[in-house]
Amino acid sequence: MSMHLYGYMPSGKVFDNDRNIKKSHVIRRVLSEEKKYLPLLILSFLLAVSTVTFTLLLPIRIGNAIDMICERDFSSVFYRCLIHCAILALLAGISQYLMNLINNHVVYNSVLHIREAAFLRLQKFPLSYIDSHAGGDLLSRLTSDAEQFADGLLMGFTQLFTGVITIAGTLIFMFSMNVAITLIVVVVTPLSIFVARFISKHTYDMFRVQSAQRGEQTALADEMLSNAKVVKAYGQEEKVLRDFDRINDELQKSSLKALFFSSLTNPSTRFVNNIVYALVACIGAVAVYTESSVLFGSLSVGILTAFLSYANQYMKPFNDITSVITELQNAIACAARVFEVIDDETFENETDAPLEMPVVSGDVELDHIDFSYIKGQDLIRDLNVCVKNGMKVAIVGPTGCGKTTLINLLMRFYDPDAGKILIDQTDIASYTLNDSRRLFGMVLQDTWLFDGTVRENILFGKPDATEEEMIEAAKLSHAHSFIRRLKDGYDTQIGEDGEMLSQGQRQLLCITRLMLNKPPMLILDEATSSIDTRTEIRIQQAFRTLMENKTAFIVAHRLSTIRDADLILVMKGGTIIEQGTHESLMKQNGFYAELYRLA
Amino acid sequence: MRDLLKYLKDYKKECVFAPLFKALEAGFELIVPLVIAHMIDDGIPADDGKLIVRCGLLLIVLGFVGFASAVIAQYFAAKAAVGFSTKLRHDLFERSLRFSFSKIDEIGTSTLLTRLTSDVSSVQAGVNMVLRLFLRSPYIVLGATIMAFFIDLKSALIFVVLIVVLFLIVFFLAYSNIGLLEKAQQKLDAVTASVRENLSGTRVIRAFCRQEERRQDFAGKNRELFLAQKKAGVRSALLNPITYVIINLFIVRLVRIGAVQVGNGVLTAGQVIALYNYMSQILIELIKFANLLITVNKALSGGRRISAVLAMQDPDETGLTAGTEKTDTNDEKEAQAPAISFEHVSMKYHETADEVLSDIDFQIKMGETLGIIGGTGAGKSTLAHLIPGFYPVTKGRVLVNGSDVREQDQKELTSLVGIAMQKPVLFSGTIADNLRLGNPGAEEEELLQAVRLSCCEEVLKEHGGLNAEVLQGGKNFSGGQRQRLCIARALVKNPSILILDDSFSALDYVTDRKLREHLRELKDITVIMISQRTVSIQDCDHILVLDDGRMAGFGTHEELLENCNVYRQIYHSQGRDKEGEGGRS
Repeated sequence: MSMHLYGYMPSGKVFDNDRNIKKSHVIRRVLSEEKKYLPLLILSFLLAVSTVTFTLLLPIRIGNAIDMICERDFSSVFYRCLIHCAILALLAGISQYLMNLINNHVVYNSVLHIREAAFLRLQKFPLSYIDSHAGGDLLSRLTSDAEQFADGLLMGFTQLFTGVITIAGTLIFMFSMNVAITLIVVVVTPLSIFVARFISKHTYDMFRVQSAQRGEQTALADEMLSNAKVVKAYGQEEKVLRDFDRINDELQKSSLKALFFSSLTNPSTRFVNNIVYALVACIGAVAVYTESSVLFGSLSVGILTAFLSYANQYMKPFNDITSVITELQNAIACAARVFEVIDDETFENETDAPLEMPVVSGDVELDHIDFSYIKGQDLIRDLNVCVKNGMKVAIVGPTGCGKTTLINLLMRFYDPDAGKILIDQTDIASYTLNDSRRLFGMVLQDTWLFDGTVRENILFGKPDATEEEMIEAAKLSHAHSFIRRLKDGYDTQIGEDGEMLSQGQRQLLCITRLMLNKPPMLILDEATSSIDTRTEIRIQQAFRTLMENKTAFIVAHRLSTIRDADLILVMKGGTIIEQGTHESLMKQNGFYAELYRLA
Repeated sequence: MRDLLKYLKDYKKECVFAPLFKALEAGFELIVPLVIAHMIDDGIPADDGKLIVRCGLLLIVLGFVGFASAVIAQYFAAKAAVGFSTKLRHDLFERSLRFSFSKIDEIGTSTLLTRLTSDVSSVQAGVNMVLRLFLRSPYIVLGATIMAFFIDLKSALIFVVLIVVLFLIVFFLAYSNIGLLEKAQQKLDAVTASVRENLSGTRVIRAFCRQEERRQDFAGKNRELFLAQKKAGVRSALLNPITYVIINLFIVRLVRIGAVQVGNGVLTAGQVIALYNYMSQILIELIKFANLLITVNKALSGGRRISAVLAMQDPDETGLTAGTEKTDTNDEKEAQAPAISFEHVSMKYHETADEVLSDIDFQIKMGETLGIIGGTGAGKSTLAHLIPGFYPVTKGRVLVNGSDVREQDQKELTSLVGIAMQKPVLFSGTIADNLRLGNPGAEEEELLQAVRLSCCEEVLKEHGGLNAEVLQGGKNFSGGQRQRLCIARALVKNPSILILDDSFSALDYVTDRKLREHLRELKDITVIMISQRTVSIQDCDHILVLDDGRMAGFGTHEELLENCNVYRQIYHSQGRDKEGEGGRS
């Protein structure tokens, strides 16, 4: 799309993110998305319960075995106990594996569908939406945000479930074994949560500073490296490097802070954990030798061992949950960004109860059109044009006069605020969007090709064309000769955005696409600006053949095109100030005549 | 890859201390089971409360000392990792700025940017994790085994078998998982490319009504990503359960052997418990280690990619220039020599490629204007880029002020030439920042003068003066506005050679003409104008007609009309036939 457009647009708008208000809403939204997986999620939960149960029973059985060792009881009971242990380990392993598989399935499936839904949504946005949002922002919503959402969700399902159940299960088991010691564990452990909270709260700000600086650095590097040639031509490498280093040094400081403080979480919680461990060991040992005291109840060595292993296990989920919560918060923020796209209510204005498209002869009439990109800032006021079937219409005027806007309206990329566009006396708005767009073949200033072969790109508008038709079209547009010389001819991969081709070659391919498609009407926006003049002569001959008996709108800078036009629309400041043929306009001796004489 | 290690050179101390303190922490952890065994074997049977409390206190002290060592280790690790990545980023960015034009074309911006951002980040994470954990896990695993040997030889043998079995499994799973994760990453890149393409092509896709096909294409790529992720997920889902099961089966075996040994009076119950505890520690460490392998592998592949860029051969690499002030070197030889002279110059971009320019030979004097015209791919921009020495010639010589550009000081040459490139690029900042790019010390008057010459007054008026904001890529300016600002920027530099590479293409005829009139005012400056339109260059002192890299003609407008077939064709195709309407002013 021509850059003129952006002059009227608040460019690079970023969505508002009022996190606090939206967080619960987003969680609800995510849950509603996962609803269809409810049976699987319940199964996953049950498997988590069984995993935890087996995992918690195992230390008790081992404790029993140890008690038997202490009592030197090596009867068959001892061996049966060991077999129990082995079975418990196997069961825990199997149910954990199954749970992981289910979680994988749920998460990757939902992200698959979310991405698909977001893409579908993207295709239905009005052009105004896409033009006014930064492309990189939409892109990262569909890719990296969706990705991080998946990662967070997977971690959440896998570790949050088991984490919570482990804590609950451990408490139940511990209480059933010894109330007093359990109480001590329960009282001391919140300390670890408190420490983890304290650290994460403080590191959050550090991470924010870090990512802001990282963003700043990436933006600078992006800008300077993509324009490295200009930087070098102006000998500014040292200055640019200095700018880079300034941010780099800041980033070093903030990264060190963030990295160091965040890495304190594990040692700190481990420290609290060790204290709990020491207390359990001490009190447990006392409880064992006092046999049965009022204060500590009774305990065997084996059960003390189980207790110690619980004390270890009991802390681990707290650590996990803290990190899972950070992940989840990130995942929710990402989900919010993806769902903002999916749930957006702005749709392209599709026609209700559309008429069937008849065979069109090609009369086009713009009837009292008003248009503005931004409400209140009128760009086009009361535009009236009448074009008869087969006419060649040249649109001329200074930069920013609204030429591109006219194309936006004809293609129904934007809707007029008032007035109608009539084709063969029928309002274009009564047909479907696709039907009305099929009426026009369009070559824009910025060529667009997709990552595929030359053939795929030419066949873009008419996938069922035969080989002969394709080559015929390429010959007509004079692309055939250069295509033949490419490495694999028509099957050459042209790379992302046609990077393997020159600008002129890209444009030739876009024209070939049109030659093959043979639309009833044409819109050419400076279509030939990058093709050398001699090729252009040939192309224009081909265009003339193509345009025979067809209505064509041409935004052209070339005098030859303008002079041959059946109708010239001279635009200035959004309105058509003069219209007529070259001769009549020259006679009129107005703005057009002035433009022409100056040229 | 090894060459990246030099970035740790300044952090030798940190690189030694971080693992050392980690080892210390691990050491303290390994004492814990022994203390517990002491409590159980000596404290409990003797009803020795004091001993138990002493042991408890010892445990707390061990915990505290362990914590302190961990904090120190984390600090050193973070410091080394961050320092490492900061230096690496600096060098990488500097190297990118030094690359010659040919190299820039070859590598591409997005590659460099990825190296600079995500690759450096993953290397930083890798360094940090290696310093913190890579040694800790082996310490604990080996330490626990050694402790086991101290306690009981027979039981310790189980440890050895266990470690071998677990290492094999963990390595196999982690290693095969890395391959799967890389595959998934490739699929993700494909999905990203697809979305980008569909965003940029929205208008064309809708114009051809091909939404459905594009959606299916995306869905296919999305599905491939899904399958790759799921496959990797299934594999990594195996890791935890398998290690858990194996280690617990070994624990069962250990308890059994322990029972026999206790029966024989070789072991005490407390020692069996200590062995059991050691085994549990190994389990936790191995799982950490498996996750670490993934981080390290990511860092390694990032590191390899970075060092490939750093090690890239670039014979035409330039120094860093901050060339701003123009050096007044007006010695006699220069005054007499032609400003620009091409002596039978040929040029190709790659050794294997075809020549882009062949046998170009011409001279122009100081203060003259040269127009270059020709079709797409005729070599116009390439020719212009040879003047400031952006690309090396393959044959012949390019001389500026009498000396070969390849022998001139890059800094000086850069300061001589002002160029407005074909793609008009503005940087984020203000208009004034942009204009001062080649001449940071320029006075406001100089800026305004350049603004007037390049017909930018109305641009300034529309956007609010010299201090108006320019967004990244200059996207708040139209193509024509950017072209004119780029011309102004080249003028502010006060160059003796001004190159305008197709800088009029987005201008309407009125502005085009006005600009050319202004340029004619400039004295003592050699102007080279590249254009597709004869009207833009017909007043030049010399016109060079390029056709497929060869000189099809060199002369004035009138001469060329008479004797250059290619020029005549171009001229007539642009509607400039005999009538000569609108004519030359």
